[in-house]
Amino acid sequence: MSEVLVLVDHVDGAVRKPTYELLAIAKRIGSPSAVFIGGADKSAAVADAVKAYGADKVYVVDDTEIKGYLVAPKAEVLQQLAEKTSPAAILIPASAEGKEIAGRLSIKLSSGLITDAVDVKVEGEDIVTTQSVFAGNFTVDAKVVKGTPIIAVKPNAAAPEEGAGAGAVEEFAARISDAAKTAQIVAAQPRQSTGRPELTEAAIVVSGGRGTGGDFTAVEALADALGAAVGASRAAVDSGWKPHTFQVGQTGKVVSPQLYVANGISGAIQHRAGMQTSKTIVAVNKDEEAPIFELVDFGVVGDLHTVLPAVTAEIEKRKG
Amino acid sequence: MTLSNIVVLVKYVPDATGDRKFEADNTVDRVGVDGLLSELDEYAVEQALQIKEKRADEEITVTALTVGPAEAEAAVRKALQMGADKAVHVQDDAIAGSDAAATSLVLAKAIEKIGVPELVVGGLASTDGGMSVVPAMLAERLNLPQVTLAAVVETQGDQVRIKRDGDTATEVIGGTLPLVLSVTDQSGEARYPSFKGIMAAKKKPLETLSLADIGVDASEVGLDAAWTKVEATAARPPRTAGEIVKDEDGSGATALVEFLASKKFI
Repeated sequence: MSEVLVLVDHVDGAVRKPTYELLAIAKRIGSPSAVFIGGADKSAAVADAVKAYGADKVYVVDDTEIKGYLVAPKAEVLQQLAEKTSPAAILIPASAEGKEIAGRLSIKLSSGLITDAVDVKVEGEDIVTTQSVFAGNFTVDAKVVKGTPIIAVKPNAAAPEEGAGAGAVEEFAARISDAAKTAQIVAAQPRQSTGRPELTEAAIVVSGGRGTGGDFTAVEALADALGAAVGASRAAVDSGWKPHTFQVGQTGKVVSPQLYVANGISGAIQHRAGMQTSKTIVAVNKDEEAPIFELVDFGVVGDLHTVLPAVTAEIEKRKG
Repeated sequence: MTLSNIVVLVKYVPDATGDRKFEADNTVDRVGVDGLLSELDEYAVEQALQIKEKRADEEITVTALTVGPAEAEAAVRKALQMGADKAVHVQDDAIAGSDAAATSLVLAKAIEKIGVPELVVGGLASTDGGMSVVPAMLAERLNLPQVTLAAVVETQGDQVRIKRDGDTATEVIGGTLPLVLSVTDQSGEARYPSFKGIMAAKKKPLETLSLADIGVDASEVGLDAAWTKVEATAARPPRTAGEIVKDEDGSGATALVEFLASKKFI
């Protein structure tokens, strides 16, 4: 069975959830080979983690020489691994950096690239992807017709599947060109941990907009009761109520959780583009004419400042 | 290194507030709908102009570059009105249906034709295709580094520093010219063309190039040469009208909790 290369998404060796989702997709196509580019001291723990989710092979690439350099060195690593293994496909998380790595790799390998896949299926000989375009108003099925399919997959495109793979670890010594060692992270300030899930990965997202009037207390309390991430509309971000990292929408994060709760958000096209593919959508808004109600599975016409605390209290009560 | 040339990538896209659709061959309908300069590229033009203005002692030429049908001239015209010095429009019937890889090829060849600048600036994504990969592909083809998704841009001499909201951290990224830069809508409000700017734009040079002019063979671009193939497009089925209740004395909260419980979210 052909190998399927999966680029491991991690922060200093802590594997992020999209990696497990990619491994689940890789199993549909062939034999998952995780590619870990990171610190040698972290490789054993990472190998154990990805093995538990089905990695048959784990390529470990020590990043001492390339740490802090963006995109280009990782594209070179994947190019060399692809030339060595002739994989059936290369799966990369559709994060900002992931997509750029995929873009460079596509040119290096003269291979087709599909980004932001929300689903990947095998149909006969073909690997068929599904994407959501035009603010979620259309779905597009596509396939790569040249070279090795390179697919950048969005978070939540598949459920992680536990089940151990062979997990054979192989050190891979990549040759990195000097030209690739140019754009460099000179400082990084990790986001202050809110104790809440990462917005793009969360199973539930609770967002607030103009209707909060700048007071996110009720939104955050509901998010915590549901174990959800907190998001914000562009209007709320532009008003300075939340930093841009919270923004859900075309120019912010595009999320696709199991449940999206929009509070005091009118539902402009800009926002829809960021959340329309959520599985279940709920809205609370004072304005019964708000376009967001066209999208919802359940809507409450009412004041979020009274509705949300009552919902939160009831959830807490049921949890006991 | 002095900075003498900046190329800004701009794209003509269907108006996002209009009715966007696909054609029978599954390409984006770019003719039958109103189009305009992609809003997100206006920020790229703005940053290019700001860099030029901040480095007033250097003679910097800002060139707006677009690839697209005849209508796409509107995109570079707008850039000229905002203050770009000249414009280049690559127009060739064979380009229709090109994917990101072919688009990056055309851009790279056009840039090589007009002279590789010290700085290429693009937006964070087009508002239609939205892949955000063209700057990376172009950088790969030109063998240049890229610093992307900048919320704040600073340049000094041959050094570029940007600040951005990375995937897991707020990052400061440094690079050395020449490079490819992309900027987000956080980088600063794009200026409106002034009346003077609109009048001046009419006299600015706008060069139209064909594929032959830039040395690209028609067989390398277009729908048939695409490395990916769209098999089907479908309008998203309208969401079946959900249940909407009016909150009266707490009834809304109760109903919402029942709904969440029925879906097993609680």
